[in-house]
Amino acid sequence: MGRYFRRKLLIYLLTFFAAVSINWMIPRLMPGDPIRALIGRAALRAEAADKVAEYFSRIYGLDQPAWRQYVNFWTSLFKGDLGISIYLSPKPVTQVIRDSIPFDLGLLIPAILCSWIVGNKFGAFAARRKRLDGIVLPIWYVFTATPYMWLAILLAYVFGVLLGIFPIAGAYSFAISPSLSISFILNYLKHWFLPFLSLFIVQLGGWAIGMRNMIIYELEADYSRYMESLGAPRKLIRRYAFRNAMLPQITGLALQLGVIVAGAVGTQVVFSYPGIGYLLLQAVMYKDYFLIQGCFLFIVIGVLIANFVIDVIYVIVDPRVRHGMGGETA
Amino acid sequence: MAVSVKNLKIYYQTLRGQVQAVDNVSFDIKDHEILGMAGESGCGKSTFSNSLVLLKPPMKFMGGRVELDGESLPLADFRKMNEFRYKKISLIPQYAMNALNPTRKIGRMIAELLASRGVSFSKISRELDRRLKLVNLNRSVMKMYPFELSGGMRQRAVMVIATLLDPSLLLADEITSALDVSTQKAVAKMLVQFRDMDLVKSLVFVTHDISILYQIADRVLIMYAGKAVEIAPTKKITKEPLHPYTRLLISSLPDVGVKYSERRLAGIKGRPPGLLNPFPGCRFKERCPVRFEKCDKEPPLAEVSENHQVACWREVGNNG
Amino acid sequence: MKKNEFLYFALRNTRMQIGLGIVLFFFAVMIIGPSLTDYDPNEYSGPAFARPSEDHWLGTTFFGQDVFTQIVYGLRATFIVGAVGGGLATLIGLIVGFIAGYKGGILDEILNMLTNIVTVIPTLALLIIIAAYLPYRGVVSQSIIIGCIAWPWTARAVRAQTFSLRSREFVDLARMSGMSSMKIIVQEIAPNMLSYLFMALILQFGGAILAAATLDFIGLGPTEGISLGLMMQNAVLWSAIPLGLWWWALPPGMIIAAIVSALYFMNTGLDEIFNPKLREM
Repeated sequence: MGRYFRRKLLIYLLTFFAAVSINWMIPRLMPGDPIRALIGRAALRAEAADKVAEYFSRIYGLDQPAWRQYVNFWTSLFKGDLGISIYLSPKPVTQVIRDSIPFDLGLLIPAILCSWIVGNKFGAFAARRKRLDGIVLPIWYVFTATPYMWLAILLAYVFGVLLGIFPIAGAYSFAISPSLSISFILNYLKHWFLPFLSLFIVQLGGWAIGMRNMIIYELEADYSRYMESLGAPRKLIRRYAFRNAMLPQITGLALQLGVIVAGAVGTQVVFSYPGIGYLLLQAVMYKDYFLIQGCFLFIVIGVLIANFVIDVIYVIVDPRVRHGMGGETA
Repeated sequence: MAVSVKNLKIYYQTLRGQVQAVDNVSFDIKDHEILGMAGESGCGKSTFSNSLVLLKPPMKFMGGRVELDGESLPLADFRKMNEFRYKKISLIPQYAMNALNPTRKIGRMIAELLASRGVSFSKISRELDRRLKLVNLNRSVMKMYPFELSGGMRQRAVMVIATLLDPSLLLADEITSALDVSTQKAVAKMLVQFRDMDLVKSLVFVTHDISILYQIADRVLIMYAGKAVEIAPTKKITKEPLHPYTRLLISSLPDVGVKYSERRLAGIKGRPPGLLNPFPGCRFKERCPVRFEKCDKEPPLAEVSENHQVACWREVGNNG
Repeated sequence: MKKNEFLYFALRNTRMQIGLGIVLFFFAVMIIGPSLTDYDPNEYSGPAFARPSEDHWLGTTFFGQDVFTQIVYGLRATFIVGAVGGGLATLIGLIVGFIAGYKGGILDEILNMLTNIVTVIPTLALLIIIAAYLPYRGVVSQSIIIGCIAWPWTARAVRAQTFSLRSREFVDLARMSGMSSMKIIVQEIAPNMLSYLFMALILQFGGAILAAATLDFIGLGPTEGISLGLMMQNAVLWSAIPLGLWWWALPPGMIIAAIVSALYFMNTGLDEIFNPKLREM
């Protein structure tokens, strides 16, 4: 178990290190003088330009040797200094991102958990039931092949425009300001529902397919066969298979996080939902490079934390890892 | 007569046609008897043992009858067979080392399995302890996960589980193939002990390794390409094998304990025929050193002397 | 004999038939399409937001561009990204997986670590940060970036397969007869995984299309030309949804979903063909 965690932590640390290094390196690898390119490309107002230029000279310090620049980059990172947003200047990038994180978590966590649970249950239920499987499996494939943003567009068009039941932009109405009142919460939930639904549906397909295949695999496994030979009822065999099939699905959750984040970006853009995904679009449109880099770092950190949480859960549920006897080692 | 098998036909349904894995096989097993079943891989011996406990597609019941303690087994009816599984017929599978759910403690798995078969775990708990001792396992294995045990320990745990409800018929499928010679002997001894203590009434010991049968079997049945070709008491069949295939099998065994299957049978040229639409007549004829025209007709399994049956025209001809 | 049998099952498999049919259909649209339309993809060729009609089969955009023409040319980008991005990802995954699985030891440790790191970093975020700094982006450069990032899962799978093949008799034999590692991988191991590799390629093909669509959608697509993702972005940015321009907002994404679904169908079809256990009796 110790070995398992040490290994995982090493991977995460290296990943974080790599992500920060990429963040530092990429602007410097691009052709031309990065500062001039950045300021030139960004549509800057005069007062913002000063602030940006000042930041550049401090953070980039291009007259200094490369290793010094690199160290400076890390230092300011640990101070929480990710630069100043050009698009929302003079707000610091860290603050801009911090403001949008609650919307991300509020959308992503329920969508991921619900789709994972429902997908697993459904996938397990349909596996090895020939008729149902024949009908349901193609549906799952269509779900999982659908681009997140397209499903979002479709839902927005049908439920928002044609039927007019749900709002299609923002996290809450402009007329209302965030508070803990019932009317605000209802308003928030109404805005939340369609983005949630589009994330939920696309992911649902993937989990259901994964579970179906795992269950079939487990039902073919020797232990299932032996239970069957001893006349154990289908129910018990399926229960065992389900439990064992859950383990790879947990690992799968960790592997899918990156894809889900991508999906969230598309969905938020369609619904103008003020999470990091939407922020990222704005940043790209305004060529707000600090904000892009900041979003990148935060997404990486978020995914790493989520990965770690999943690892801890995995250790709790898989006795093989708990006893240091293999299981998923990587 | 504990078990009687009559004209049993088990085929595999494949897209290219039916594979005649067990074709018209008949024999008996007496109470208190250990029957050794031997043959090359693919001769139908594992199909036979599997068909008695878990007959499901692509395996297909094509006819015949199996009686156990006077009751006819509903082999083709998967559900009805559940009455017999475990309680009357049990299995120690080839894959015994992987036969336990990897994420359940062994004791809990047994309890859940028994409960699902309507047997109370607490009532059987003392007996379980006694049997664990028989196979040299400590009671503490009940609180362990399968991966905490060695392969041999897992196999012995499965031996205990399989026989827990005192089945009338126990099928042991290639359980010694993966073991070294001294462990093979120990396992064989345990099975004989199970029989002697009446934990199982009769036992079919399936193997490709004839040498182990000297130590355990009362009688030996030789299978070739889906057919039973010779049945006789162990001593008799080793001293005076009649079927040309049996002869070659036994003469190609250099010493007791050496596994011949690691090479293809050295003394016998060629390989067994495919069982998808096999040619008519004796299935061994193409490899047989003593074939003659009559072999184009299928030889019956006929009694040539007391307790000795063989399916070969040469032998049948001698008698009649 | 064995190949014919494979082809026989492949062509009889319903999922394979449906999937291949859809993919070929859109491929044909991409090839024939330009000759069916009189417009350029970005030309302002008609009245703004016109409904589908004889002149404009799928209507026009906010600016009066012909939607059908954009789709026809956008399909080209889709197939290029799938082929180049998916192909490259499969190739890198293959090389890394083969080397790690066959050589083992320290090389395996390092490659495995690399694979894990690239797996953990969210692909899209990495794509964004690279794409954002490229002053000029074309369909091919986008494909190459996608290919360089999407390989890890293929590498994992190939590694595991290679690992299990490595200890087989025929590989031992090849090694003892003095064949070089490279030759063993190419001549002994790869052919035994061919079915598997083909399926991986199909999945990567679909994955690359989806990744490119998302990139295009957030404005990091090709700087010139047209793609289905770009069409979706324009539709959303120019309020096609609130304005009810369904013929502009819906078809591009629907086509992507159709093509990728079809690829996944082909994949399960192949799975059934290669794994007789899943074959219906």
